[in-house]
Amino acid sequence: MLNIIVCVKAVPDPKEACNIQIDPATKTLMRCDVPLVVNPLDKNAMEAALKLKEKMDAKITVLSMGPPEAGNIVKECLALGADQGILLSDPAFAGADAYATAYTLAKSVEHVGSFDLILCGMASSDGSTEWVGPEMGTFLNIPVVTMVKEIVEIGDEWWKVKAGFETGFRLVRVKLPAVFTVTRELNAPRALSFSGIIKARKKEITRWGIDELGVPEESVGIKGSPTIVSKLDSKESKRAVEVISGTREEKAEYIVRKLADEGVI
Amino acid sequence: METNGPVWVIAEQMDCRLLAVSLQLIGQARKLADRLETSVEAVLMGDNMDLQPQQLIAAGADRVYVGNAPDLADYQPELYTELVVNLAKARQPEIVLIGSTAMGRELAPLVAASLKTGLTAHCIDLVLDENNILEARIPAYGGLLSIICPEKRPQMATVAAGVFSIPEPDETRTGEVVRMEIPEHLPGRIQTLEIIQEESEGVPLESANIVVAGGAGAGDLEGWNIIAALAKTLNAALGSTRPAVDEGWTDLETMIGQSGKMVAPELYIGVGLSGELQHMVGIRNAKVMVAVNNDPKSPVFEQVDYGIVDDCREFVPVLIEKIKEYKEKQVTC
Repeated sequence: MLNIIVCVKAVPDPKEACNIQIDPATKTLMRCDVPLVVNPLDKNAMEAALKLKEKMDAKITVLSMGPPEAGNIVKECLALGADQGILLSDPAFAGADAYATAYTLAKSVEHVGSFDLILCGMASSDGSTEWVGPEMGTFLNIPVVTMVKEIVEIGDEWWKVKAGFETGFRLVRVKLPAVFTVTRELNAPRALSFSGIIKARKKEITRWGIDELGVPEESVGIKGSPTIVSKLDSKESKRAVEVISGTREEKAEYIVRKLADEGVI
Repeated sequence: METNGPVWVIAEQMDCRLLAVSLQLIGQARKLADRLETSVEAVLMGDNMDLQPQQLIAAGADRVYVGNAPDLADYQPELYTELVVNLAKARQPEIVLIGSTAMGRELAPLVAASLKTGLTAHCIDLVLDENNILEARIPAYGGLLSIICPEKRPQMATVAAGVFSIPEPDETRTGEVVRMEIPEHLPGRIQTLEIIQEESEGVPLESANIVVAGGAGAGDLEGWNIIAALAKTLNAALGSTRPAVDEGWTDLETMIGQSGKMVAPELYIGVGLSGELQHMVGIRNAKVMVAVNNDPKSPVFEQVDYGIVDDCREFVPVLIEKIKEYKEKQVTC
């Protein structure tokens, strides 16, 4: 049986991201009631796991680190068809950078036990770092392929995948267990089904904190993070905008004339 | 004797050609190293790397470590990581800079985690603070964050192509070229079999005179196609924001900004996007900037020269017609 672990992150809904600001005093995010959703690329990771499960005997464990409310996104993954959901939630985990997050996830993976494949989205929509997957692989001492956009060949131990590479791709042969971070091109994530939601009601989310993982407090959260935010400068606008008014036709005509005068069209 | 460890650049080649971002990073590393009174060292892995080390020296490197072997011709994750990590342990660099390329984005975290240090993603500026700690600047919600790695070494950062400029080469500069030893037993859990590059369609973003970028405001694929039609009418390159990529309307290759491409067109037209700094930093050097957004309070209107408050799906088709009329007049004159 193929044991798959899918790492998902609860992120503020990217559609409402412009409502999020950073508190200048504490330098932390002020989320202002923006709802938490599954990070878009993590949905592709989840879909990849579901597709594999359709093809072969597989077990899907969803792993997420976040505030207690992130339980909802774990629940969503259970409704999509994951077999087991684990939420890592502890005040000690708060403020983790990518390194500490990857470390905590790696320790949790060891706690889950046997696994063959770890799937993550290539990047998170809120932080835009891409480090958690590859750093987790390093901590677990297993190979990593980032930006996987196609699974070409599934073998017993050795798999072949295509990974995005500049304007083309890189064909990679990799031995499992491994970490793949996936891109949107890999698949089209399915929508939640009503029956899935009903079935998920019976599935329990496992909640682990620092005690369950048995890791020292200095190695997780803000204490275990090598990087910190030192300063926040507010953005400065360097351009004086001219807002064009009039009817649609007038506005279009005016801007074309202006751009012609500027010599840019 | 240097008191500070060197400033490192992990250089990159593709088909034996050095990438521009590697030279750009050498230029910035030189500035940091001068301030720290230390040296700039580049690490370059590839095959037939004969002239490339001198190019790095001409750009400002004092020492180039070269891994030269057929097995290193293409990026090999395990082998590259092992070589860089072992050399870093020996050389103890103070700072390590890597391009935000496909290779850099994978190699950097593999190296950082192996060295148990921090890594800042896709910086748009790198400066030293009063204690000579590296401040890596990144745009984030509503501001510019400075990320520091106060205790762990090296301090690591990735930087996209185009953030820094290529230094004027000084062919008279001299430096040391040191051959790296390649292990006899190659690591065997992962292999890059081949790297294929495809010709991308349309006008390339980096060199385009006009860039039309679309965002979430397109609404759906149909709306996106309207924005794409505007780009076609202007013979412009089509760019995007992350939400547009996440929606699946366009490829990651078109994304402009901190974790995408840096562009410097004569004209930028942002359509249906809100002016998120992550995107806007990618077009800092545009000459004329226009935004179309239906929300008069959108932050994008603080960052452009001309603003049009309108539903982009309604406005853009009218704009296309007016541009066509203008172009026809130009031809007949």
